[in-house]
Amino acid sequence: MSLYEWAVSPFADYGFMRRALAGTCALALGGAPLGVFLVLRRMSLMGDAMSHAILPGVAAGFLAAGLSLGAMMLGGVVTGLAVALLAALVARMTPLREDASFAAFYLISLGLGVLLVSLRGSNMDLLHVLFGTVLGLDDAALLLVTGTASLTLLVLAALYRLLAAECLDPGFLRACGGRGAWVHMGFLVLVVVNLVAGFQVLGTLMVVGMMMLPAAAARFWAVSAARQAPLAAAIGVAASVAGLLASYHYNVPASPAIILAAGACYVCSIAAGPQGGLLRARRGAPARFRRGE
Amino acid sequence: MTAASVACGPSASARRAAAEPAAIALDDASFGWHGRAVLEHVSGRFAPGSLTAVAGPNGAGKSTLLKGIMGVLRPWSGAVRIGGAGRAGLSWLPQACELDRAFPVTVLDLVAMGAWRRVGAWRRYGRDELDRCMAVLEQVGLAHLAGRGADTLSGGQMQRALFARMLVQDAPVLLLDEPFAAVDSHTAQRLMSLLRRLHEEGRTVVAVMHDLDMIREDFPQCVLLSGRVVAWGDTAGVLTEANLKTARHWHAEAWA
Repeated sequence: MSLYEWAVSPFADYGFMRRALAGTCALALGGAPLGVFLVLRRMSLMGDAMSHAILPGVAAGFLAAGLSLGAMMLGGVVTGLAVALLAALVARMTPLREDASFAAFYLISLGLGVLLVSLRGSNMDLLHVLFGTVLGLDDAALLLVTGTASLTLLVLAALYRLLAAECLDPGFLRACGGRGAWVHMGFLVLVVVNLVAGFQVLGTLMVVGMMMLPAAAARFWAVSAARQAPLAAAIGVAASVAGLLASYHYNVPASPAIILAAGACYVCSIAAGPQGGLLRARRGAPARFRRGE
Repeated sequence: MTAASVACGPSASARRAAAEPAAIALDDASFGWHGRAVLEHVSGRFAPGSLTAVAGPNGAGKSTLLKGIMGVLRPWSGAVRIGGAGRAGLSWLPQACELDRAFPVTVLDLVAMGAWRRVGAWRRYGRDELDRCMAVLEQVGLAHLAGRGADTLSGGQMQRALFARMLVQDAPVLLLDEPFAAVDSHTAQRLMSLLRRLHEEGRTVVAVMHDLDMIREDFPQCVLLSGRVVAWGDTAGVLTEANLKTARHWHAEAWA
C-alpha cells in the first residue's frame, strides 16, 4: 500500500470521511485557540465542567423535539451559561471555591443529562450525545460547526488584546477603564457555543479534549499566546487526520481515536517540547531557575 | 532629543497638569473587603502638585486607600472626588503580586499596557507609543530586556517594569503602591529621583511607603493610617513619636 493509498484515498473515496475531516478540522481551528486562553487563565477544568454542563440542555432539547439540532443547541447554550453563572455566584456568595462549585454543578448536570436522554431515547441516542457521530455528520451539523469556528476566530481576533490584558492584570485593566468583566463573559459564551457546536462531532464528553489537549501541547513549544494559538489549531488538525485514519484502517471508534491522537501530541510535547519539556529541561537549567540578570 | 526627554521632559499632559491641576478629595469615605471594614471615615485632600507618602502598619488600609481613589474599590459610604480630568488623569502602580507572573508577555508588552487609555483594545500601537515605551524602559534601566519574557524578570526588575508602565500612562496624578518593595537601595534611589522629577514637573504623587527614613527625607507631605487617619499634613508634624504610637495602638486593637 502506497502512502497515497493509506493517507489520502480514505478521504478521496468516501464522502463521510471528508465530512468528518471538515467537521473535526473546524472544531480544532476554533476550539484549540480558545483552549490556549483557557490554559492561560487557569480555567482548564472549567472547560471540562462546561462540556458536562451543556448535557442536560442538549438532553432537554432532545426530549422536546427529538434529534433536532436547533433545539439541542439552544438547550445546551442555556444550561451551559446557567451553570457558569450559578457556579460564579456560589463562589462569590459562599466560602466554597469556584473550582469546587463548578465540579459540583457539572456532576449534577451530568447525572441530570444522562437521566433525561435515557427517559426517551435508546442507549444508542445516549452514546451519540456523549461520544458524537463524527462519521455521520449531516449538512446542518457541518454548517453549524464550521460557522461557529469562523465566528469564533473573528471574535477572538477582535477581543485578543482585551483578553490578554485581562489575564495579565485584571485590576490594572479595570483601573484604566477597560471592560474586564464584560470580556470574561464574552469569552465564556464563546467556549459554551463551541462546545455545543462540537458535541455532534465528538460528543459532549470528548469535545473539550479538542480544546484542551492541543492547547496544553502547544504551551510546550511556544512562549507567547499569539504563537500558541495557531500552533494549537495545527496540532488539533493533525490529530483529526491521524485519528480518522487510525479509525479507518484499524476499525476503531473515531472520536476516541482523535482524542487519543491529540493526547499523543500532548505526551510527546511534555517530553520533547523546548519550553519546559522534560528532555530539554534536563540538559539545561529549568526555566524557573533562569531568572535574573 | 535624548531618550530621557521623550518621556520625562514636560509632556503635553504634564503641562496640562500644571495649567489645570487636579486635586483628590475624600469626604468621610469608608472602604472594606468581603464585609469587613478596612479603612473608615477618611476625610482629606491631596493638593495638586503635592508629593505625599502614605504610611502605616500592615493592614492599615494603605493599598485600600489607593484602590479607592483609583475606583477599583467603591466606598461603602462617603465620597471620593477627583478633580481635573477625573479618573482618566490617574496612573497606577499596583503591587507586583497582583498580576499573573506566569502569563507569557514580553517586558515591552507589559510596559505598553500603560498606554491603554490612549490605545485601548482596538487601536494600533503607533511609532510614538513604542518610542515612549522604549524611552521609559531606558529610564528604569530595562531597555536591554525589552524583548524578554516578563516571567523571567527578578522581583526587583518586575518592580522597575511596573514603574515603567506607570510612566507610560503619562498622567498628571501618580498613585504608587509600595514602589520600592523588592528593589535594592541603589535602584530605589534611582526611582525616587525619577519620582522627584515628575513631582517637579507639577504632577501629583501619592506613594504607599514602608521606609520612614525615606519618607522623612523625600516626601514633604504624609498621611499616617491605621484603619482610620491618624494624622495628615506636613511629614515632620505627622511622623511624630506620639502619632506612630497611636497608629501601633489602634492596629493592635483591630487585630486583637
